[in-house]
Amino acid sequence: MAIRTTPAAADQNMLPADPIVVAADVRKRFGSNEVLKGIDLRVPKGEVLCIIGPSGSGKSTFLRCINQLERIDGGAIWVAGELVGYRREGNFLYELTDAEIARQRRRIGMVFQRFNLFPHLTALENIIEGPVQVLGEKPAEARERAEALLARVGLADKRDAYPAHLSGGQQQRVAIARALAMRPELLLFDEPTSALDPELVGEVLGVMRDLAGTGMTMIVVTHELGFAREVSNRVAFMDQGQLVEIGDARQVLSDPQQARTRAFISAVHK
Amino acid sequence: MTDTVYQISHLVHVPRRHYGRMVAAALVVAALAAIAHAFAVGQIEWNYVGEFLTVPAIMTGLVNTIVMAILAMVVGIALGVIFAIMRLSENPVLSYTALGYIWLFRAVPALLQLLLWFNLALVFPTMGIPGVFSVPTVDVMTPFVAALLGLGIQQGAFTAEVVRAGLLSVDRGQYEAAQTLGMTRLKMLRRIIMPQAMRVIIPPVGNEFIGMVKLTSLASVIQYAEILHSAQNIYYANSRVIELLIVAAFWYLIVVTILSLIQGRIEKYFSKGAAPAASTK
Repeated sequence: MAIRTTPAAADQNMLPADPIVVAADVRKRFGSNEVLKGIDLRVPKGEVLCIIGPSGSGKSTFLRCINQLERIDGGAIWVAGELVGYRREGNFLYELTDAEIARQRRRIGMVFQRFNLFPHLTALENIIEGPVQVLGEKPAEARERAEALLARVGLADKRDAYPAHLSGGQQQRVAIARALAMRPELLLFDEPTSALDPELVGEVLGVMRDLAGTGMTMIVVTHELGFAREVSNRVAFMDQGQLVEIGDARQVLSDPQQARTRAFISAVHK
Repeated sequence: MTDTVYQISHLVHVPRRHYGRMVAAALVVAALAAIAHAFAVGQIEWNYVGEFLTVPAIMTGLVNTIVMAILAMVVGIALGVIFAIMRLSENPVLSYTALGYIWLFRAVPALLQLLLWFNLALVFPTMGIPGVFSVPTVDVMTPFVAALLGLGIQQGAFTAEVVRAGLLSVDRGQYEAAQTLGMTRLKMLRRIIMPQAMRVIIPPVGNEFIGMVKLTSLASVIQYAEILHSAQNIYYANSRVIELLIVAAFWYLIVVTILSLIQGRIEKYFSKGAAPAASTK
């Protein structure tokens, strides 16, 4: 049976690129445990959104669904107007191939809690790996951009250091440079400072603050309420797989409307 | 008001004597001397050892041993990587096929496998694609091919487990970071996972390479002209059994020593970025 492709049907695969993330009733379960119970969210281009909430609230899982490190069990996500994980033709959703999923992921940078730098590559090699191997950039060109990125995160002198020789804060800054080297349209941060010694948190948040100033769209799962208040446009509070409250950063953090948000924020400040 | 009785810095330190160590060393030296003496006065014509050390038949056997060990390891590593990846595949058919291969070829003794391959003609008198071409199996299953298949395939079963352990040793976060960069599965394995898994894989594979050098001696049973087979052929003619076995043992020692050195170099190469104590310069 041939599927008739009308112009309207073709357009269904290319929605406007702004908002850059649209999540509609996103559901995810691990076995019998439903960790996302229908998340609806829109993130406009250039916004810095912080997601806060107690551990186990599903905020990291939701972040990982956006770049398909987790498969969603219900609902849908669009990134830059493109449906994540599926191609839509008429009334059918065709699951994408590995190569197509890989292509979708290229546009989304991710920074992990535990850095996940490649230990067998130097800082510079970590940064050029994606551009050269995935985007097909010329090594010389990628190297030049990587050095500029290292300078931007304040690590120009560490280009030839292996990750094992860098502090946690330095590793995380290299990881941010690695994500930026792919020229992403969206950056995801999964608790980027949670694995750091307290005195190293500031240097990473500083780099992220600079980044927010450049108009990069960022979704940050974090426990750093100070950073959320100061840098983000909006703050979302998640609890037990639900988006409980979302709004202007200062308003949510200073004057939350929901009882659960209030309880969480006062517990963190205690 | 320091008491003179507490002033002992001018006294001489006398290290304690390790009598136990001295006794043990004396016993071991005596035993080694006895063994050396036994070989010196035993019925070994050492001049024959020297004479046969580099004769053409032994040299050919040495080359055949090295060639077989290398080719069997190449087959073994190739099969090992393929079956390790199959074993970790989400496709149950691939995964269980790999499991079956590992189970079967680890269980059946290498010597028995060599004999099976060598005698394949008893089961399949001819081989080929029906209707296209066909050749007598005995023409294909030369001692060389039978030894290569027997040794390579059983090596693959062992190497598959080593490679699987190597792949599993790489942190999940490495897979996720590679995926996040938009790498396909194959590129991720080749660029990110394998180089890290190699650190775990190299030492046991180096051991198995050394084992393989010695395992090739089994091929003498199916008339493959490796070094032990050459040595045997000579001593069947001149009855200098021990002398020729010593010749073969000498060459095994040399080859294994060289391989151990190479293994050390390769391990060093793949330990890049591993030791925090190393200089960053």
